[in-house]
Amino acid sequence: MPETPPVRPEIVRDQVAEHDFGVVMKPLTGWEKVYGNGFVRKAFLLAVLAGIWQAYASYLDNPLVLPTFTQTLQSFWKLVASGDLPQRALVSMKVLLQGYAIGLVLALVVTVLAMTSRLGNDLLETLTAMLNPLPAIALLPLALIWLGLGNASIVFVLVHAVMWPIALNTHSGFQGVSATMRMVGRNYGLTGLAYVAKILMPAAFPHILAGLKIGWAFAWRTLIAAELVFGTTSGSGGLGWFIYENKNVLDIPAVFAGLFTVILIGLLVENFVFRLIENRTVRRWGMQH
Amino acid sequence: MSAAPAQPLLRVEGVTLQYKTREHLVTATYRVSFDVHTADRFVLLGPSGCGKSTLLKAVGGYLRPVEGAIRLKGVEVVKPGADRMMVFQEFDQLLPWKTVKQNVMFALEASGRLRGKAAEERAMAYIDKVNLTRFAGNLPHTLSGGMKQRVAIARGMAMEPDILLMDEPFAALDALTRRKMQDELMQLWEDTRFTVLFVTHSIPEAVRIGNRILLLSPHPGQVKAELGSDGHDEADPATGLRLSDRIHRMLFSAQDLEEDAVHHA
Repeated sequence: MPETPPVRPEIVRDQVAEHDFGVVMKPLTGWEKVYGNGFVRKAFLLAVLAGIWQAYASYLDNPLVLPTFTQTLQSFWKLVASGDLPQRALVSMKVLLQGYAIGLVLALVVTVLAMTSRLGNDLLETLTAMLNPLPAIALLPLALIWLGLGNASIVFVLVHAVMWPIALNTHSGFQGVSATMRMVGRNYGLTGLAYVAKILMPAAFPHILAGLKIGWAFAWRTLIAAELVFGTTSGSGGLGWFIYENKNVLDIPAVFAGLFTVILIGLLVENFVFRLIENRTVRRWGMQH
Repeated sequence: MSAAPAQPLLRVEGVTLQYKTREHLVTATYRVSFDVHTADRFVLLGPSGCGKSTLLKAVGGYLRPVEGAIRLKGVEVVKPGADRMMVFQEFDQLLPWKTVKQNVMFALEASGRLRGKAAEERAMAYIDKVNLTRFAGNLPHTLSGGMKQRVAIARGMAMEPDILLMDEPFAALDALTRRKMQDELMQLWEDTRFTVLFVTHSIPEAVRIGNRILLLSPHPGQVKAELGSDGHDEADPATGLRLSDRIHRMLFSAQDLEEDAVHHA
């Protein structure tokens, strides 16, 4: 016997008037607002990490191996107050920004070339496949021979460290732009540079931004490593050299203060500079959530 | 009305289109010919694989025919251009980094038609025509699918192109919204009498929108018939058949026969 559903009467209802609803819109509670704030959540995580560090270091009780969080902080304040640390950070930052800017411009030139001709595309793919895996530090000895002791050598390796990841990301971003959006751009009669700048660049911006972040991190790593391995090549020396010097005199809290500075700059750039760019662009446009 | 117009706006003559996939050379259409006159609502109708979208892209200038020619106002189409504005099916045809108004203005400015104040006025006039004035400052991701398509139509019309090319613009919308958009498009046409070449695979949509319907057969696309439509789809007193029934028979009878042959073989 096939089962048949029961026959039921039809239902038609009047709508409830607006003022009879319980909740239409209600402000969030204080706790919901606090938890909704990314800065608060991240600050909480940082506090937990610092707490674990403090507890473990106090348990070890050996500042030569692992100074506590508070010892590091004390050393950090002292060095900031004396102006030593800010000055070293400034030296590092200057070199870093030079290398980053040049690397960024070169990456854009190469990717635009790659988008406008097939040969350019092959060139970019071959160059990134060859050079991207090459550690920037491995080029430093060569750079020192070619460009001599000084800023130029460090900037050279920084450019190498920054350029390929940005180029690779930008390129994959360009390739990911939907066929429809490309056709829209060409429909307006856009070609060449105008097409790249007005259609491809904004459409690929989430990828470009990821490339900028990776490039930024690579630049820092390379810079600190270069200074650590080859010491001061630029007279006064930056954060890497500062860390190296203090290790030699066994001032381990100062070493940690140096590392702490690198971390702090990283956090600030990520949470203010990059976050601001993200909020103004890809998040506002609904391309990233 | 005057006598038969001398010169069609768009003339497609014996156009064969081919494209390459990784493994095959595919012939999308074979020697397709048709004429579109000013203020026509010309519909390309056929099942999937009849090359109707490819044909529209060729008119858009994204693809060159291997045989035959496409001429707009007597000039051969060789590349994309703003005299043939496309409206796509996909919602991502709007630039997500621009507001509704900026999207329409950018088309005008990038193509060099208008600048500044003039572009803004023209953009707002057409945004008003599609009833989106209230949303002019919104970014595309905050709009519904139907609203996005209206922006795309406003953008296409604001350019005042020789011909508007629409590639299944309502296919991704729900049935209620689609019906509403069809009525709105007809209203816009009543107001401005633009020329549109419209691709669809829906027979009711073709009958409602088009004044002239080109039927294409699949694999590769060939012209099967070119019919007139008055938009009402009423039964012909002589034959007792509706236009949609006739189209249905023309499109599916041959295929059914083939399938029968396969079954009997």
